[in-house]
Amino acid sequence: MRRWLEGLKQLRRYPSAVLGMLLILFLVGLSVYTVVAIPYSQALDLWRGGDHWRMHPVNASPVWADRLRGGDLPETQIISSDEVTARVQEFPGGRRLQIPLGFDYQSSAFPSELNLFLRVHDTERPPFVRFIWQAPDGSEQVIGGRRVARDERVSISQDWGLERRLGHVPHVGLMMDPGSGNPSQPEVLTGIHTMLLDVVMFDEAGSVSADLVVYGRVHGIAGTDHQRRDLMVALMWGTPVALAFGLIAAVGTTVTTLVIAAMGVWFRGWVDATIQRLTEVNMILPMLPILVMVGTLYSTSIWLMLGVVVALGIFSAGIKMYRAMLLPIREAPYIEAAKAYGAGDARIILRYMVPRVLPVLIPTFVTLIPTFVFLEASLAVLGLGDPVLPTWGKVLNDAQEQSALYNGFYYWVVSPAALLMLTGLGFAMLGFALDRVFNPRLRSL
Amino acid sequence: MNRDTTAETLLEARDLHTWFELRQWGFLRAGHVRAVDGVNFALRRGEAVAFVGESGCGKSSLARTLLGLHRPTRGEVVFEGGHLEALDKRGLKTYRARVGYVQQDPYGALPPFMDVGRILSEPLIIHGVRDRETRQARVRAALEEVRLTPAESYLSKFPHQLSGGQQQRVVIARALVLEPSMIIADEPVSMLDASVRVEILRLLRNIQVERGLTLAFITHDLSTVRHFAERIFVMYGGRIVEQAEVNELLDHPQHPYTQALLAAIPDPDPDNADREHAVPGGEPPSLANPPPGCRFHPRCPEAMAGLCDRDEPPDFEPRPVHLSACWLHR
Repeated sequence: MRRWLEGLKQLRRYPSAVLGMLLILFLVGLSVYTVVAIPYSQALDLWRGGDHWRMHPVNASPVWADRLRGGDLPETQIISSDEVTARVQEFPGGRRLQIPLGFDYQSSAFPSELNLFLRVHDTERPPFVRFIWQAPDGSEQVIGGRRVARDERVSISQDWGLERRLGHVPHVGLMMDPGSGNPSQPEVLTGIHTMLLDVVMFDEAGSVSADLVVYGRVHGIAGTDHQRRDLMVALMWGTPVALAFGLIAAVGTTVTTLVIAAMGVWFRGWVDATIQRLTEVNMILPMLPILVMVGTLYSTSIWLMLGVVVALGIFSAGIKMYRAMLLPIREAPYIEAAKAYGAGDARIILRYMVPRVLPVLIPTFVTLIPTFVFLEASLAVLGLGDPVLPTWGKVLNDAQEQSALYNGFYYWVVSPAALLMLTGLGFAMLGFALDRVFNPRLRSL
Repeated sequence: MNRDTTAETLLEARDLHTWFELRQWGFLRAGHVRAVDGVNFALRRGEAVAFVGESGCGKSSLARTLLGLHRPTRGEVVFEGGHLEALDKRGLKTYRARVGYVQQDPYGALPPFMDVGRILSEPLIIHGVRDRETRQARVRAALEEVRLTPAESYLSKFPHQLSGGQQQRVVIARALVLEPSMIIADEPVSMLDASVRVEILRLLRNIQVERGLTLAFITHDLSTVRHFAERIFVMYGGRIVEQAEVNELLDHPQHPYTQALLAAIPDPDPDNADREHAVPGGEPPSLANPPPGCRFHPRCPEAMAGLCDRDEPPDFEPRPVHLSACWLHR
């Protein structure tokens, strides 16, 4: 035990090891934070998409990416009726509410979309609502009017009639400067725009609340995808999933491989022969096609994939390597001594043979983790990712399907790829340093 | 010679054979290596005996057979009246606690990844000494018995941090920690510096006398045997060719092989400077294909044609309590 601690202390002398450990520490910290902040079931629910994301823009890039380039692309603004005061006029049998949803718009780029979400409470009789757009220059534009039954989404941007009337898509046509010279290149009229809701209620008790969403073109740290989902969820949840997959697969394969190799060496005879033949057969079986087959024919659950990866990894080339290292150890006098003072087979294998190989195993094990992380990502990119879990590979898969690079959504590919590379880099740097600490003969090379 | 099958006999070997199968193509039988080929002896409680012979005479195979590491092909080992072959797993484990083993290469005999405290605790853990305090106390006692004091300063040392002599003391301590009634030491000093050999032998001898242990001590060095053993068995080609009390054997060697061995001991006497030893030529016999008759006859200066190369000599008793397997004493 003390020797391991001393080994860890030695690691401090390798800057690459320190950097690697910091990277791993960051990833572990992120994982812990993620699992606490977004519980598993909530993450699955969020990633399934749908109504959670209705107030997020589609394919918005990260805020920092735009600000770094000196842009002022708009972020999403949500104007809620709860935050404004409505003018109320009573009349026999009902009320008239005038709700001004005003917002200050300063960006030089148009928003990506305009939507209005209306909710009617406490009334059986649907109110009538008229939508009037008031521009900063004092001009007014009546968008239309309709009866609102209960919960309603008014897709202003998809109002074809309005679009025809304005000559532009509504979120441009409503917000452009009419005085700007070239109508084919409209400019934003900055200032306070107001969406005035003129509501007539046929009831005394009922009320109406509304959210005007002025969708931006940038969003958060990670941006959003084609389903309006915040990529942050997938990037964050991808971390614990990737680390768990890599770690479990690496532990599962290396430890079982080592113990099985040691059993073969210790018991010899048919045990050894069986293990060796199994290994030789397994070594010529291609792993990826088998995984693709399992994924296609059976299930793409990440835990099933993990099981298959571990199962195929047990009888791998590692068995041959460990066998070669263990054969001379088997004949060591201390093993004979252990037998002579009564140590049983299990004890000799686990306490006397395996520890001799551990110094070689640990660096291999650490550098093995990212290969499994990459394997999981590759499977996801191939479309065999877990159907419900948000992972880095799934993000890449979506990006590929939506032609992200062709469409210029670089952030969609770069951020999961960067996290994958950081993971690989962190474990590789630590692994190489561990190799030098535990196998000192390499140090002089 | 079942002369001593009394209550004081601790261990007895009866017609013991340990043969190793030779294989051709991995499965065809191609004969046997007859490492131990018909050995009889009885060890009394509390005595120190030496098995002497050159390399490849089957000494180490005999030691391993006595320890239960090799299964005898024929014959039996009887320990405290119980037959070793008849023991079940549990019985064998108990037997292993009663017989300690000291190996030749002290560094190889110690697991390099365990510290001394752990190395000495292992046998205790295996034999069910659960209590940590008891284990610690016994480990410390064992270290003190082999004169590694203060014990505390050695507990956390790893084998590579110790000198060869200290390593061998740890090996001896490990053999003692289970409080055995017998210790088998296979060339315990042959890998050590000449300067510490006598120390280690004296230590083993002292412990043997103090504890009343039976010590079977395997060596190829006749010169030191006189001081550390009471009886000698001379082995040649997988057999015991001569046995007697130590002084009797060294002073009156009967078998031509023993005589040759004794003649080969360098004697630092200036008068001997020009004397030539009559060392028999030739190689030790192949154990896979031993010569017929007496195993020694191809090298024996006294070999009698028609007898020694045909019939195996039985044990003769040319002097009282002194057995020699040679046709000369017929």
